[in-house]
Amino acid sequence: MSAGLNDNELISKVLRGDQQAYAGLVHRYQNYVFTLTLRLVKNREEAEEVAQDVFIKAYKYLADFRGDAKFSTWLYTIVNNTCISFLRKKKLVVHSLDDEKVFKVADNRDAGFRADGVEQKSKQAMVNTAISRLKPDDAVIVTLFYKNEQTLDEIAQVLGLEVNTAKVRLHRARARLKELMETQFSHEVKDLN
Amino acid sequence: MNTQHRMEERLWEYIDGTGTAGDKQQIEDLLQQHAEWREKYRELLEISQALKSSELEEPSLRFSKNIMEEIAKLHIAPATKTYINNRIILGIGLFFVSLLVAILVYGFSQMDWSSAESNSISDKLSKVDISKFFNNSLINVFMMVNVLLGLVLVDNYLNNKRKQFRKEA
Repeated sequence: MSAGLNDNELISKVLRGDQQAYAGLVHRYQNYVFTLTLRLVKNREEAEEVAQDVFIKAYKYLADFRGDAKFSTWLYTIVNNTCISFLRKKKLVVHSLDDEKVFKVADNRDAGFRADGVEQKSKQAMVNTAISRLKPDDAVIVTLFYKNEQTLDEIAQVLGLEVNTAKVRLHRARARLKELMETQFSHEVKDLN
Repeated sequence: MNTQHRMEERLWEYIDGTGTAGDKQQIEDLLQQHAEWREKYRELLEISQALKSSELEEPSLRFSKNIMEEIAKLHIAPATKTYINNRIILGIGLFFVSLLVAILVYGFSQMDWSSAESNSISDKLSKVDISKFFNNSLINVFMMVNVLLGLVLVDNYLNNKRKQFRKEA
């Protein structure tokens, strides 16, 4: 129905009053948005709540989307802002590498994936677990670049940074991720090589 | 450590394809000539491929249904540009620019250009008498206007809140 339409065509339909066309956009971006919120919020239930809030906000202010950037970039800007205000409201302690709770959750998930015994799944799980152990800022930039296919210019726009700052942050995040993978997942990294 | 860091940075640029054509050629030469660079490149490429192949997280099955139920109750807000009047913004801008120009014109016209006592503009400017315009009563009037504008804004804000509250009730 709406699968063949691109983002701008779907948006035009929604703006003309076809509310159901919005389901196409939700379906297309739900995993991307949820992954990003999960990287920032670090809790599945809360991340889902925030991700729903993001789509509701995007719908409400859809008329403000001018189409001069990609819809995904505009949407991820809402994700970033919504997550920041959510974290501020909750006054969550920013998870960092020394956050025991995150380690515990990540370890459990990792153990679960390892038990699958499927090699590919395990590698993907290892990468996902390693990303989830990064600081939210690092995890988000890595996710935006690799999973959400945003260029450095778009990442800078989403995070409200200069392009060079975004570039430096991405380098730094990858360096931390590499360090983490080498120290925490030395066996899997060997398999990877 | 720094060399290592710089090497990784340049290799990441090469892998991402964000460097210039010259940078790309340089890295390719380095990769051909040095085993250390080749080793590091292979290592980073593995990580890059692993990151690209990692899966996205999936929300619960009710996720999109919840959103569609929620937006069924909503209306799309009019675009910001439809209720921001550019003429008003331009008018405010013009007001401040003309105020600035008027002050400058007045200041320069009051300067004693023929006086030989002082040569610098700042000396001359300090002798300009502005007390005729910026006296206590003028400041009081200015403050009163500001207070009035503030009260009008608060009144508007509270009115909107009341309307919103009634609509929700």
